[in-house]
Amino acid sequence: MAEFSLPKNSKVQPGKHFPAKDAKKPRTFRIYRWSPDDGQNPRIDTYEVDMASCGPMVLDALLKIKNEIDSTLTLRRSCREGICGSCAMNIDGTNTLACTKAIEDCASGDVKIYPLPHMPVVKDLVPDLTHFYAQFASIKPWLRTQSPAPADKERLQSPEDRKKLDGLYECILCACCSTSCPSYWWNGDRYLGPAILLQAYRWIVDSRDEDTGARLDDLEDPFKLYRCHTIMNCARTCPKGLNPAKAIAEIKKLIVERRA
Amino acid sequence: MSTNGQQHDVRGELRNPLKRARGLGSAQSGVAHWWTQRVTAAALVFLALWFVVTVLGALHADYATARSIVAKPWNAVLLVAFVLTVCWHAVLGLQIVIEDYVHTRWKEVALLVLVKFFAVLGTLATLMAVLRVALGA
Repeated sequence: MAEFSLPKNSKVQPGKHFPAKDAKKPRTFRIYRWSPDDGQNPRIDTYEVDMASCGPMVLDALLKIKNEIDSTLTLRRSCREGICGSCAMNIDGTNTLACTKAIEDCASGDVKIYPLPHMPVVKDLVPDLTHFYAQFASIKPWLRTQSPAPADKERLQSPEDRKKLDGLYECILCACCSTSCPSYWWNGDRYLGPAILLQAYRWIVDSRDEDTGARLDDLEDPFKLYRCHTIMNCARTCPKGLNPAKAIAEIKKLIVERRA
Repeated sequence: MSTNGQQHDVRGELRNPLKRARGLGSAQSGVAHWWTQRVTAAALVFLALWFVVTVLGALHADYATARSIVAKPWNAVLLVAFVLTVCWHAVLGLQIVIEDYVHTRWKEVALLVLVKFFAVLGTLATLMAVLRVALGA
């Protein structure tokens, strides 16, 4: 059966408490901690952070904790402006980017922060995305053509055809959607998941790509594509406001369309 | 991720992750299943409505009247259509549920076969019953 409960060594234990000293505006963060090196179960550490001297975003608080309270806290981040996708994590019950999620927008009370759900954890808030990236590579996400490239100019595209890529090209592959999808949780080994399918559709609708049929051939599979049961968590959680479920529906429509 | 980037995942496999991601490739099927599930669902909207109305119509009828309702040609045809569509749709749906959640291969295969057996048996039994009434056996 699919695993619905955590294995023994993954059961989360209560962790350490780091109280704030004379904070003007304290806010409590409860953060998932796990290290591969100490043989311990994961735990939830509690940090009190003074909002009077902290930036507005959850990433600001995480970096303040790392810089001033506990340097062992491990997380990925890079651009701090929602374009690199590194700091994707589960904040306040929703997968999102720590850098674009305002602390004020979290529900009142403690701010709970976990790594992306149902992924192997490398350490603390860092999930192992190896398989996710390999799935992305498996759809050959580049322009595939049979005709040779024009000698002296780029391949042209009409403004109308370019418009079809809007809502797709913005995807930064942060994996928020795929790791919010129950189908991806239970069958992520074979199901490509919303992020990769949205990316696949981005090349399927590209007017310059000439391998559409082969792309659809590769996707037409009970597991790769048809594990999507339109649960819609993907569209709800996407920090860029995209709709992977719609892209998947469009792929399904095209596969029906090309039959007799 | 291990020290050499994307070559191996944390489980330390020697195979390239792409080998696992590509797996056995595409089965080149699934669209018929998906489309049939939707078509049977659409058909059931009407057939189920008709079925409920017909059953309600026979609510306080005695045995002979109920029998004569089923025996009417159009009712018999629609009843057969309803049973076929329900079973077909149920098999398709249950197959998805089993594939989603049962991850032990032999259990999965056994359940998939069992579900189909029961659906066929159920369909045949209901068909037999309707036909016996309709054809006056």
